[in-house]
Amino acid sequence: MAGAVRGTLVARRRRELWLGIVVLVVLAALPFGVGNAYLRGLIVLTLLYAGLSQAWNILGGYCGQISLGHALYFGIGAYTSTLLFTRLGISPLLGMFAGGGLAGFAAFLVGLPCFRLSGHYYAIATLVIGMMAALLAANWDFINAAQGITIPFHGESWANLAFRTAILPFHYVMLAYAALIWFVAWLIEGSRWGFFWRAVKDDVAAARSLGVSIYPSKLAAAAISGAATGIGGALYAQYIGFIDPDSTLDLSLSVLIALPAVVGGIGTLWGPLLGAAVLIPVQQLSVAWLGSAAGGIDLMVYGALIMALALARPEGLVSFFHIRASRGATGHG
Amino acid sequence: MGEPLLEIRGISKSFGSVAANVDIGFAVAAGEILGLIGPNGAGKSSLFNIIAGEIAPDRGEIRFAGQEIAGIGAVACARLGIGRTFQVVRSFDSMTVLENVMVGAFLRARRSAAAMARAGEVIEFCGLTTRRDVPAHSLSPPEKRRLEIARALATRPRLLLLDEMLTGLTPTEAQAGMRLVRDIRAQGITIIMVEHVMEVLLPLIDRAVVLNLGRKLLEGAPAEIVRHPEVIRAYLGDRYGG
Ligand SMILES: Nc1ncnc2c1ncn2[C@@H]1O[C@H](COP(=O)(O)OP(=O)(O)O)[C@@H](O)[C@H]1O
Ligand SMILES: [Mg+2]
Repeated sequence: MAGAVRGTLVARRRRELWLGIVVLVVLAALPFGVGNAYLRGLIVLTLLYAGLSQAWNILGGYCGQISLGHALYFGIGAYTSTLLFTRLGISPLLGMFAGGGLAGFAAFLVGLPCFRLSGHYYAIATLVIGMMAALLAANWDFINAAQGITIPFHGESWANLAFRTAILPFHYVMLAYAALIWFVAWLIEGSRWGFFWRAVKDDVAAARSLGVSIYPSKLAAAAISGAATGIGGALYAQYIGFIDPDSTLDLSLSVLIALPAVVGGIGTLWGPLLGAAVLIPVQQLSVAWLGSAAGGIDLMVYGALIMALALARPEGLVSFFHIRASRGATGHG
Repeated sequence: MGEPLLEIRGISKSFGSVAANVDIGFAVAAGEILGLIGPNGAGKSSLFNIIAGEIAPDRGEIRFAGQEIAGIGAVACARLGIGRTFQVVRSFDSMTVLENVMVGAFLRARRSAAAMARAGEVIEFCGLTTRRDVPAHSLSPPEKRRLEIARALATRPRLLLLDEMLTGLTPTEAQAGMRLVRDIRAQGITIIMVEHVMEVLLPLIDRAVVLNLGRKLLEGAPAEIVRHPEVIRAYLGDRYGG
């Protein structure tokens, strides 16, 4: 009997891991089939958002705490690694982990008061804190205020994670990032913490009755989610070569981090990647075609697409692929 | 009889102007099945929530296994060995049956293989093996009750609180539910059962405590309870909406 008990859940997790490896190989080979530099850039950005949204999903999807302030952790990661590099000469390879650590700590601190709030107030509180942080950063001279920081370029270098002429290295940097955060989510899904977090999301009173501490669970999920987001911010800074509060701390970025997971399938392993694969190209193309100066028409196009997706597939894009799961759900008797 | 497993004294709790529990006291011996009976609104669920740590009493003491537990919170109560179900079923609906029960098993298990093994045992014990890998939301109401019991058992409780687990079941389902309760007791787990329909409970319990309007009316063996005039009056009063 014990063997049968292990069966389905273990098998499902193993299948996910194999699928992850196959997808990783396919994505690693992708640049060889795509010659166009613009398209390659689009793919790099998509991979970055796949990782960022998976980071958001760790807190929002698995633990059910909807954050609308993740740009704060992104910005902390971006600024930390950039300042460490420009002021102290510390490689972004190290700086991104310093940024991630600081961002994780910030997410923990934000959680301390905000997880005392119930329900949707957490989302609202993170939104307000994120906007206040953006405002402060735009007026903080130590970090060059609204002017932003340009990352000096001393030649192509893996040691400094600096590449200007070729997009290819960043393809692999962002792919490694997305794969790492995916793997973290996979580990969480099978772990004690992951079970506790999903219990917290589904029903707090029932979770408590089984000995699950709600507040520490949320704080741990927030810290890991924030840290993973901060690493992405540092990588973004290296990719673009310039950061300012507008591009790293804005509310629209918080939304852009959350949306792929929401559209793709919240609380699922593949939702963030699927969502990013649809949303990021659409968002970039609508900006390119309509122009960001066109009074926010790009946002309207984007918003309309999200609405259409949400209406057609409330469980997210992953539900297109759920033949197997739904067969399991109805296949008794 | 040695020290009781659970002893409550002078428990009172008000919600606004509603006195849900007034000066309640009784003891439960290890291995006993105690019935907590009373019409709707008598304060049974409120008392359950207090014993399970979900809400703190305004006044009173609760000793569980020699330790004072009033107001220590649901998480600490679960750790000490108090398991419970809810009157309105609370399943983790984004998870399968196995995953639901694993959450409970993780209270005592660090590694997921151990939690899975423990969950498998309890699922089989509760007769849910054929439903192990279906999402919890697709279970029938009686199956959901069993799932809640399995989840609580996975935490290895010493005391199990069952809130109206037989309510709304067909006679056959209720029979199966009562068998399950006896099997749980046979494992050495002490049980307090809430039921507002007295008849179904009487053959199952060793002793009953009757609540009415927040107060303890009486306690005693099932045979004494049914003969008591105040019990009859309380139930008739409830039935005719007095
Ligand atoms: N958590 C709560 N919040 C507010 N009022 C409550 C709460 N729990 C119980 N009550 C009130 O206390 C009284 C007793 O309720 P309850 O304990 O649910 O009775 P029973 O379970 O015996 O039917 C009712 O008037 C109910 O409205
Ligand atoms: Mg009740």
